[in-house]
Amino acid sequence: MQKVYTKIESIIGNVITVRAEGVRYQDLAMVGNSYANVIKLDGDLVSLQVYAGAQGVSTDDPVRFLGEPMRVSYSENLLGRVFSGSGRPMDGGPVLDENMIEIGGPSVNPARRIVPRNMIRTGIPMIDVFNTLVESQKLPIFSVSGEPYNQLLARIAMQAEVDLIVLGGMGLKYDDYLFFRDTLEQSGAMGRTIMFIHTASDPTVECTLVPDMALAVAERFALDGRKVLVLLTDMTNFADAQKELAITMDQVPSNRGYPGDLYSQLASRYEKAVDFEGAGSLTILGVTTMPGDDVTHPVPDNTGYITEGQYYLKNGRIEPFGSLSRLKQNVNKDTRDDHRQLMDGMIKLYAAYKDSLEKKSMGFNMNDWDNKLLKYGALFETKLMDLSVNIPLEDALDLGWEILAECFEPNETGLKTSLIEERWPRRTEG
Amino acid sequence: MDNKTGRVVGVNGNMVTVRFEGAISKNEVGYISVDNTRLKGEVIKIRGQFADMQIFEMTNKIAVGDSVTFTSEMLSVELGPGLLTQVYDGLQNPLPDLAEKCGFFLQRGVYLDPIPNRDWDFTPVAVQGQKVRPGDTLGTVPEGVFTHRIMVPFSFADTDWTVKSIVPAGTYNVRSKVAVLTDPRGNEKECTMVFSWPVKRPIKLYKERLRPDEPLVTKIRIIDTFLPIAKGGTYCIPGPFGAGKTVLQHMTSKNADVDIVIIAACGERAGEVVETLKEFPELIDPKTGRTLMERTIIICNTSSMPVAARESSVYTAVTMGEYYRQMGLNVLLLADSTSRWAQAMREMSGRLEEIPGEEAFPAYLESVIAAFYERAGKVRLNDGTVASVTIGGTVSPAGGNFEEPVTQATLKVVGAFHGLSRERSDARKYPAIHPLDSWSKYSGIIDQKKVDRARSILFRGNEVSQMMKVVGEEGTSVEDYTIYQKGELLDAAYLQQNSFDPVDAAVLPERQSHVFDLLYRVLTTEYNLEDKRAVRGFFNQLRQKFLDWNGVRTDDPRYASFEEEINALVDSKAVNKGGR
Repeated sequence: MQKVYTKIESIIGNVITVRAEGVRYQDLAMVGNSYANVIKLDGDLVSLQVYAGAQGVSTDDPVRFLGEPMRVSYSENLLGRVFSGSGRPMDGGPVLDENMIEIGGPSVNPARRIVPRNMIRTGIPMIDVFNTLVESQKLPIFSVSGEPYNQLLARIAMQAEVDLIVLGGMGLKYDDYLFFRDTLEQSGAMGRTIMFIHTASDPTVECTLVPDMALAVAERFALDGRKVLVLLTDMTNFADAQKELAITMDQVPSNRGYPGDLYSQLASRYEKAVDFEGAGSLTILGVTTMPGDDVTHPVPDNTGYITEGQYYLKNGRIEPFGSLSRLKQNVNKDTRDDHRQLMDGMIKLYAAYKDSLEKKSMGFNMNDWDNKLLKYGALFETKLMDLSVNIPLEDALDLGWEILAECFEPNETGLKTSLIEERWPRRTEG
Repeated sequence: MDNKTGRVVGVNGNMVTVRFEGAISKNEVGYISVDNTRLKGEVIKIRGQFADMQIFEMTNKIAVGDSVTFTSEMLSVELGPGLLTQVYDGLQNPLPDLAEKCGFFLQRGVYLDPIPNRDWDFTPVAVQGQKVRPGDTLGTVPEGVFTHRIMVPFSFADTDWTVKSIVPAGTYNVRSKVAVLTDPRGNEKECTMVFSWPVKRPIKLYKERLRPDEPLVTKIRIIDTFLPIAKGGTYCIPGPFGAGKTVLQHMTSKNADVDIVIIAACGERAGEVVETLKEFPELIDPKTGRTLMERTIIICNTSSMPVAARESSVYTAVTMGEYYRQMGLNVLLLADSTSRWAQAMREMSGRLEEIPGEEAFPAYLESVIAAFYERAGKVRLNDGTVASVTIGGTVSPAGGNFEEPVTQATLKVVGAFHGLSRERSDARKYPAIHPLDSWSKYSGIIDQKKVDRARSILFRGNEVSQMMKVVGEEGTSVEDYTIYQKGELLDAAYLQQNSFDPVDAAVLPERQSHVFDLLYRVLTTEYNLEDKRAVRGFFNQLRQKFLDWNGVRTDDPRYASFEEEINALVDSKAVNKGGR
């Protein structure tokens, strides 16, 4: 059912309208050399958003309706490849067009979901020990421009114990794209990675497609039994692209110019995270940069209501306060018997350290206890919080005990006596 | 019924414009035929020969010219025995059945029978020749621990019907005929155990509405003692993300002293519903000895499911609540979150190109929210029994700022406000309800005068703590410091509750009032303490004792000994020994 129309009625922003019949909502069309999809039907007036942007589109350009929705190829051949938001190869490799699957499919029946139960090890103590990442979790990294959030994502991608990584880059600087590509290639993780990349200079419409493409592919791999980790950076750019398109379509903005359905748009992507019983799983780790470091900005705010916690990346470290993994209780009971208590105990002491630090900065006298806390806090920050630390969970827990033993007497830690007897490091030499 | 049809002329998101023939009504349900499936939608606006419909499914692949059939019926739910224990989506599609049929994903256009097709032991109550009206009982079936009344369908004309025949006691299928009624003109109508009712129309088959004056016990101390809710009342829980709205709703759904709990998970995370789904069939309700699931209905329209169905899900839930209220039961409806419902309205309003109000919410937001909460209520039914529907809704204000339209519209109509605070949740104080900002218009389980006095101590303590931030501990008098410590004690030992502790997680009202009395004594006693260090030490001791006491069962011998120890401790320092 391929019909060609050559009379474009209007071109506004990236949206063109054409008079056509028999067109279905969300169908794909070719406008010149670019894909476009139907976003509104009004009688025979069809509105299409042009993926490559409407610059240079002429009123007599042919519009060819393909009679099918947007699809993406799904096969093992995707591994190691890089695509644009509309599925074009960006790595010079061949175009893939076998086994096409639809993007933006239906959501999982809640009755078929299961309670998440498997930990994902990352080698980062601030995640593994304090806010464990769980399979099928959806978790954003809240950060601000300038922070090393992409470095953090790349590290997690290389180290996380998953079968497959799908990276969705939105509004990435070209340097950042190269950084991801080179880092993954050097570490040898490229062979289990698929990238959908929209760089800042690419057309806006493709930005909004990236999460759908990445998640559609990831979902199929998960159904085929793979443990998939989807990395989305940066979701704020995705929301901004949505905003741009909504304004072009004359939609009434709700909050700071964002469309009223921002929550639903974000949720329909994040909710793709799932653990399929009897098959694989899909975990989403996103980046949300907070404009002006303001967590009440509509994008981080709506995200926070959707996701299962968040990591705050500030001053190059994952902050223990504010960061939260809502699912950690599901898994940290089965890791090691001292995990939960040590986690709580160390965080409480770190909070006390922060108080002492404040006291110190205000010029109050430091007593013995304050000095102990200051020593503890410094050790905690360099040995555990620093992003360069890369140790397995068990070693991180042991290290935690060592730090405690170096700074405190056992009864000062607020930990249970029985636990201290079992785990307190014995000083062998001197 | 004539076949009214139409053709699609426009598609914009989940709104479809249809050109129709004949007469249609607002809120009528229609189906669009696409790819051999039928997509359900509701007429929300009519202009000339054009109707705007909101579609409850994804609208991709709809084309101009697709045919539409109208049903002449408003969006309705089926009511009958078997609703309990079910998990429905916003349109009353049973999700487990759907999973069996369609697998992992929610396939669009599949609509299954909401009421399970099974047999029930029917016992007739009405007799042949008896005059009955809509809502009157024809017979009963046992549904779990409840006596489920099979009633004259509410949608029958409000007139005297005569029972022409009724089946004898026995086992019948839920959809088989149990009675035949005739109206005054002699028209006959058959009744089965199932009938439907439009969700947006309140069920008003009762004699009178009563004032909600009986506390609804949640076993959460800060609520029952300080911020009570009432059977038939309304309350709201606004709070920023991560403050524990859903956890609080979850605890309430487990422990609330009502007959039936309906959970409307509206536009929230699917994972949270799963926890309830897996947990409730395992938990035993101490009141009935059966699993919690047997008193629960879950309406689940999570955030990634179609938006229009989200809007209807709260109505579906409240209609089921009203139905069980007609059987003389006390129902609690927990809606999480009403903000998502309001956002669904906003999305639709935007597509209809209505003039937006504040933050682009439609101008009718307030009246719609008010009308929804007004469906709660304690009523005296026509047979004299008293029953109630209580509604508790969470609100997710943008940026945690309560000044936004949904929170403000809700505050106008509810009887209690449990505002969650970010500071309290960051400090790991559970429940994170702010004790001073929140309010309730209902009376609780404890003498109001005492509660007010305790609250004033909390208030003063808070003032002192604000002051101390400026002048430091050094600049605070011993008297003020004592008040501060009293406030802290009340907070730590009573307002906060450890939800992981099996004893402390749910506290019966008798125990609450017992503990409160002792705490009240502690708070209102004057002490002989020389300096602030002594004050701090004394209250630390008290706090530790109270916390330990909270973790001990009432039948444990230590329960009484802790009480004695606290009394002795107070006596040892009190200015006026034993003074109250």
